[in-house]
Amino acid sequence: MKTAVIVFPGSNCDRDIKVALEAATGTPSAMVWHADRTLPECDLIALPGGFSYGDYLRSGAIAANSPIMRAVVDAAKHGVRVLAICNGFQVATESGLLPGVLMPNASLKFVCKDVLLRVETAESEFTRNYSQGEVVRMPIAHRDGNYFAQGDELDSLEGDGLVAFRYCDERGQLSDDSNPNGSARNIAGIFNKERTILGMMPHPERLADTCLGGTDGKTMFDGLVTALA
Amino acid sequence: MKARIHITLKNGVLDPQGKAIQSSLGALGFFGIENVRQGKYIELDIAQSDPAKAKAELSHMCEKLLANTVIENYAIDLEA
Repeated sequence: MKTAVIVFPGSNCDRDIKVALEAATGTPSAMVWHADRTLPECDLIALPGGFSYGDYLRSGAIAANSPIMRAVVDAAKHGVRVLAICNGFQVATESGLLPGVLMPNASLKFVCKDVLLRVETAESEFTRNYSQGEVVRMPIAHRDGNYFAQGDELDSLEGDGLVAFRYCDERGQLSDDSNPNGSARNIAGIFNKERTILGMMPHPERLADTCLGGTDGKTMFDGLVTALA
Repeated sequence: MKARIHITLKNGVLDPQGKAIQSSLGALGFFGIENVRQGKYIELDIAQSDPAKAKAELSHMCEKLLANTVIENYAIDLEA
């Protein structure tokens, strides 16, 4: 399974995702600079976390218009998988790969802590090694993670089973207390219609090794390898 | 031509920054202040002398980059 990680000016989780992908796949990830116009052949593209362009104008807005993104959007249209994490999720919504928008956290604070997520569906290559309803732990670190879409868009996402993760408590119940940023319907991550693109605010790559304090994120990468190798 | 663009949140979109500003104004002793909403203002020079063409290009710029039309409206003012 071949992977590529896009690096924007200000990305800071590109190395973390590279380490996690290489540990799972056993093959080196291609690190692709935002100003390049072509992608290497790959099965999965990662849009990493960070502060591309300093979050100027809107988080992910300028990165979404980088030269490489035309190739990424084109590759995604042809079925290449995309894993868009945190700033990567912001870039994905700004470039139209995923619906909705990530707004400033309702608290206006930068939130940096582990959260609990409920896996909404295991029917995807990203979540196949989890079970539906399973509660997992992953870290978040963001100021603009408040997922917003119009009501009918949210209904459509839910109706088509495209919500991947929701913020929850230890019993898997949704509540305002378990929602760290005010996201609509506690949504932490979503798929595109074909479930070939996953955008999520939490960082699976940051809890993918026992030396990082946990391996709930590793489950995602192992599942992807089984599906795509 | 000089363009002045105001980008504002659509009605119904939560604006915690506006709320924070409103609270602060209250704490400073300014009363009767409601519905504070924060937006963005961008000004630029555009090398296009035809106002209709300029407006069309500016709208395209707003749709593509300057505004996120899921949550924002934009208003363009032009002066020669």
